[in-house]
Amino acid sequence: MWLATWLSNLDRRWLFLVMGVLVLEPLLFPLSLPLRVTPPVHGFAAAIDSVPAGSTVLMSCDYDPASIPELVPMTRTAFRHLLSRRCKIVITCLWSGGPGLVDSVTSEVAREFPDRRYGVDWVNLGYKSGNEAVMVLMGQGIRNVFPRDFRGNAVATLPIMRSVRDYTSFPLLVNISAGYPGTKEWVQQVQARFHLPMVAGVTAVSAPEFYPYLQSHQLRGMLGGMAGAAEYEVARGEKGTASKGMDAQSLGHLFVALCIVVGNVVSFLQRRRS
Amino acid sequence: MKREVPLFITGAIGLFMILSFFVPHHWVSVPADFLQACAVIVVAFGYVLGGANVLRVNLEGISRRERGWGYKIVLVVSLLGTVAIGIADGLRHNGSFPVEGTPSKWIYDNLYATMSGTMFALLAFFIASAAFRAFRIRTFDAGLLAVAALIVMLGRVPVGDVATSWLPEWLRLGTLQQWIMDVPQNASKRAILIGAALGVMATGLRVILGIERSYLGGED
Amino acid sequence: MTLHPSHDPGIWVGAALTLCIFSFLYRDNPFYKFAEHLFVGVSAGYLIILSYWTVIDSNLVQPLGLAFHGTGTKTANAGMWAASQGDYRGWLLVPAVFGVLLFTRLLPKIGWMSRLALALIIGVYAGIKTTGFAQGDFVAQVQASLQPLWKAGDPAFGINAIVFTVGLITSLLFFFFSREHKGALGVASRVGIGFLMVGFGAGYGYTVMSRISLLIGRLQFLLENWLGLR
Repeated sequence: MWLATWLSNLDRRWLFLVMGVLVLEPLLFPLSLPLRVTPPVHGFAAAIDSVPAGSTVLMSCDYDPASIPELVPMTRTAFRHLLSRRCKIVITCLWSGGPGLVDSVTSEVAREFPDRRYGVDWVNLGYKSGNEAVMVLMGQGIRNVFPRDFRGNAVATLPIMRSVRDYTSFPLLVNISAGYPGTKEWVQQVQARFHLPMVAGVTAVSAPEFYPYLQSHQLRGMLGGMAGAAEYEVARGEKGTASKGMDAQSLGHLFVALCIVVGNVVSFLQRRRS
Repeated sequence: MKREVPLFITGAIGLFMILSFFVPHHWVSVPADFLQACAVIVVAFGYVLGGANVLRVNLEGISRRERGWGYKIVLVVSLLGTVAIGIADGLRHNGSFPVEGTPSKWIYDNLYATMSGTMFALLAFFIASAAFRAFRIRTFDAGLLAVAALIVMLGRVPVGDVATSWLPEWLRLGTLQQWIMDVPQNASKRAILIGAALGVMATGLRVILGIERSYLGGED
Repeated sequence: MTLHPSHDPGIWVGAALTLCIFSFLYRDNPFYKFAEHLFVGVSAGYLIILSYWTVIDSNLVQPLGLAFHGTGTKTANAGMWAASQGDYRGWLLVPAVFGVLLFTRLLPKIGWMSRLALALIIGVYAGIKTTGFAQGDFVAQVQASLQPLWKAGDPAFGINAIVFTVGLITSLLFFFFSREHKGALGVASRVGIGFLMVGFGAGYGYTVMSRISLLIGRLQFLLENWLGLR
């Protein structure tokens, strides 16, 4: 019983320390636990594989630096996947904190394909405020919304944009999003209205609410959180930051589960005693 | 007129936007496109207003020597500094912002991105602390929530499958987790989605018809 | 494993600020307060300047500049008011005026004029969201719910479909508050609560994953980018 009393009075900073150590340890000494690829991730990869080689795909990266660990690995792997299929990619960003980060990530991946050129094979149109209004406006003409790209070039002068008019120019939308505006708005305003096939990579906190869209086939596939990003890396035969983080994720989850169980046992014992 | 004109504008524009969904004719689609373009620009002004308001509130705090006013100086200086550097960089690069290698990009990469990520990383510690101190199972429903949470938490990571690899496939945590996400969780989320959609449609119509006026604020 | 600390001063500044924010876990302190206020200032400043250059300058100032010279993005049309879809020329004065009206909020005597700009924004978004939710969420989701409850040779499909349909209907009935939850409605509502609790539990599990991911990301930055541990 003294243990229950001691635990109930435990300073929370000890919990912080244990959490920190448990998450840090696998990053230094990996456990290499095996990862299983789940059906939504298979759907995401299959949707990109079904895009005709050489077509132009719309990729909307709607996130900011707060979601780097979950969404940047997805962006890297998806962008690399599209480039490997010789697709051209038009990138937009509806979060103000995102365009600089997205440009850094995509530029870094594009360097792995020395024959691909910015403005010819891919373009970052940058950020626009307006959330859903931007999405609907793009349906009337992408260039009207983005007269300049992220790097200051006039969009009309870029070779990749010559064949891009509106959503009919794309066979697929790849949306990587952290919240609002994001996947939900793209489904409502673009997939439902313009019938553009869509896949999404989302943060884990928002993933459960998009399962109905998966079941209704409004989303062809989905990556949920760091686990989804790691599974996608495994499916593509890559070892990125998401895969490396899954061991730490495992121990962190175990610790939180233990906290729930122990906390309730302690509370139950104390209630019984009183 | 101070309330009636805005209400009329909201109603007219809202109805026109709904009409544009059903009528593809250019007499409707072009004005609707123009209104959306206006909204994009006015929202951007709104963000600038928000930033200006942060400046105003903190300047007032500094002038009144409120508690922590020294830190407010840090806030004001960093805000004005970021804006000034951004203006200079934008002018130098013909409106392109932020450009790789500029001070603005340095601020974005090393200050904004770093601190943004770290602020949210603190939550990992608090979620563990809250799980231990506040997550209490006192009813059957809370027990259902806890069991579902434990199965999903452990089944979503490799350790769940490894720990239950000795069980038949359909009993392993990974499979159970997938079933929970695909069936019961999906059903409840769809119900919430449909209910929320009805609510948003009703609220949207109330706003357009002028029944809901809280966005006007004020008394006059 | 060897240490290769970064030579980039920016990374060192980022690492220092990361540790300042993490110091809050021990207790609130001046280092954390400094980093917190710096973050708010930089975020607000960045939002202002980004909104100006990427939207106000790109979509308003530059096109208006061209319009005052009688040209636009569609060069076939001549004249300041010769607008066409996507090339609104002089008509862009409308959002310019509404945008400036927003700032009257800061002046109490004429603050009511900002309502006109708000009315424009609210009207556009109320219209867009009503139709978006109606088609994307309501119609599509109800349509997807009308699924067969049995497939020959696949009993698991049937069981899952029945459980799903029962869960959907009972969860929807829980939100029906026009009648007291008694009798059959009461029973259905209790079953619905069960399904909702399972949904919230799953959401909690995913939320835990999300928060821990963010911590992993920061630790990866400190170990790999800052200390260069390999």
